[in-house]
Amino acid sequence: MILKAENITHIYSPKTPFEKKALDDVSFSIEKGEFVGLIGHTGSGKSTLAQMLNGLLRPSSGKIYLDGEDIWAKPKEIRKVRFAVGVVFQYPEYQLFGETVYADMALGPRNMGLSEQEIKERIEEAADFVGLTNEQLKRSPFELSGGQKRRAAIGSIVAMRPKVLVLDEPTAGLDPYGRERLLRRIRQYHESGDKTVILISHSMEEIAENASRILVMNHGKLELCDKTSDVFRHAQRLSDIGLSIPHITRVMLALKEKGVDVRTDIFTVEDAKAELLRVMRGADIV
Amino acid sequence: MPNHIKTVNLEFSYKTDDGVTDVLKGIDLEITSGSFVAVIGHNGSGKSTLAKHFNGVLLPCGGTVYVNGIDTRDDSRIFDIRQRVGMVFQNPDNQIVSSIVEEDVAFALENLGVEPAAMEKRISEALAAVNMTEYRTHATYKLSGGQKQRIAIAGVIAMRPDCIVLDEPTAMLDPVGRREVLRTIRSLNRQFGITVILITHYMNEAAGADRVIVMNDGKIVMDDTAQSVFSQVDELKKLHLDVPQETELLYELAKEGIDIGTATNVDECVTQIMKVLDRK
Repeated sequence: MILKAENITHIYSPKTPFEKKALDDVSFSIEKGEFVGLIGHTGSGKSTLAQMLNGLLRPSSGKIYLDGEDIWAKPKEIRKVRFAVGVVFQYPEYQLFGETVYADMALGPRNMGLSEQEIKERIEEAADFVGLTNEQLKRSPFELSGGQKRRAAIGSIVAMRPKVLVLDEPTAGLDPYGRERLLRRIRQYHESGDKTVILISHSMEEIAENASRILVMNHGKLELCDKTSDVFRHAQRLSDIGLSIPHITRVMLALKEKGVDVRTDIFTVEDAKAELLRVMRGADIV
Repeated sequence: MPNHIKTVNLEFSYKTDDGVTDVLKGIDLEITSGSFVAVIGHNGSGKSTLAKHFNGVLLPCGGTVYVNGIDTRDDSRIFDIRQRVGMVFQNPDNQIVSSIVEEDVAFALENLGVEPAAMEKRISEALAAVNMTEYRTHATYKLSGGQKQRIAIAGVIAMRPDCIVLDEPTAMLDPVGRREVLRTIRSLNRQFGITVILITHYMNEAAGADRVIVMNDGKIVMDDTAQSVFSQVDELKKLHLDVPQETELLYELAKEGIDIGTATNVDECVTQIMKVLDRK
């Protein structure tokens, strides 16, 4: 178990008229090497939770454990947690400021106190992961395209070699091709070793195709926490809490409602095809 | 139906350090009044550049763009054009200019010198059209992304344009905000007869349009009804575009030798599958 949240509650602006409970008694654990999806509507507490995981926010109550240790046991050493749990925020390309892409990516590793040689190795490795060339590393981040900037920003987190990589809506605003390419890179990163990845997204399709387990947040509470296929059994419930379930799942649900005996825990076109062929073959149509 | 927007051999290029980049390479297009047109294409295909020609934000390097018969290069008529064709962009936060909703909607009207009494009526109508009447005196910074986009749309509607061009208006919104904005766009088209040109990366959004135009490398490569465009699954994939999941599913089943129609939304897809199952 690499990360564990235990009864996390977080209240913004406590004891003021603006008091707001963003997280309400949330508990879960994540195993080393897992690819976990985190979904929820806007304001459900996803991003607050992300900031908890690397100690940018301290929970009002409850504990977070990294490798079995309470991350707030020694508040002075919280920086170590930030190196171990890398969080890529929404629209991270707005946070690029270095004179070159290389300089930008060097910031994290340098703060970790690494030697210049080690920094160089890590940047090369990270650039390779996110698909940036040596030539691009020498350029100003402002000369890159939107998708390249996004990858540079992700690379600057990867360069710290975090144990856990948290990505908050990494594909927002990208076109379908850019989205797929970025997700492929994230999958490759995950598969390249004992890398733990937490993907935060509004897109059920995206989560379904990548994560093996899903945490669903609703109004600050953990609504569901289960294997991907099991979460999509609750399609109606997901829809009720403002999440959009994949269109293909909606097709299967509608067929079921019409009395066709099909599985409804389906969220990819491939699975739907296989299931419908099974039904059609069973009825001797094919 | 009169032609609302017409482009004749439209060309556009940017100057960069490395020379000249051709973005639009000869676009011939006619958009009729009252239609709902979606423009899709991957990043860099030229779709946003094309959209910016529809109200003279960009002017052609070659060829001509006409809006209601007016050449967009006619400097003396540019305000007429901008009043007739409004634009809404991707980022809701970049488009709000006032701290109060009604003042934001009034912004263009003030610039146009509309009488206060008339302005009042137009603001009410515009807010009603985007279903934001109850937020009239609210602070803009407290609105959600979807609400901000609807206010941006209201600001355009208040000018009483014939046409509204939306450049990826839902790209930065969550699913709820996306639904709100799409519903608004559809009702503008159906109830008020406003011509809608929707640039989007989301194929399910494009599937709701009367006509889908596919751009690639500065050219129009497909231009047809949503049904026929999305039925060309292999072609679209070659252009690095998605097709709606419903379309892809039926396409895949057809490949297995099942005699099945096409669909671009959930209901059509279910109907087509039921037809096959009922054949038994």
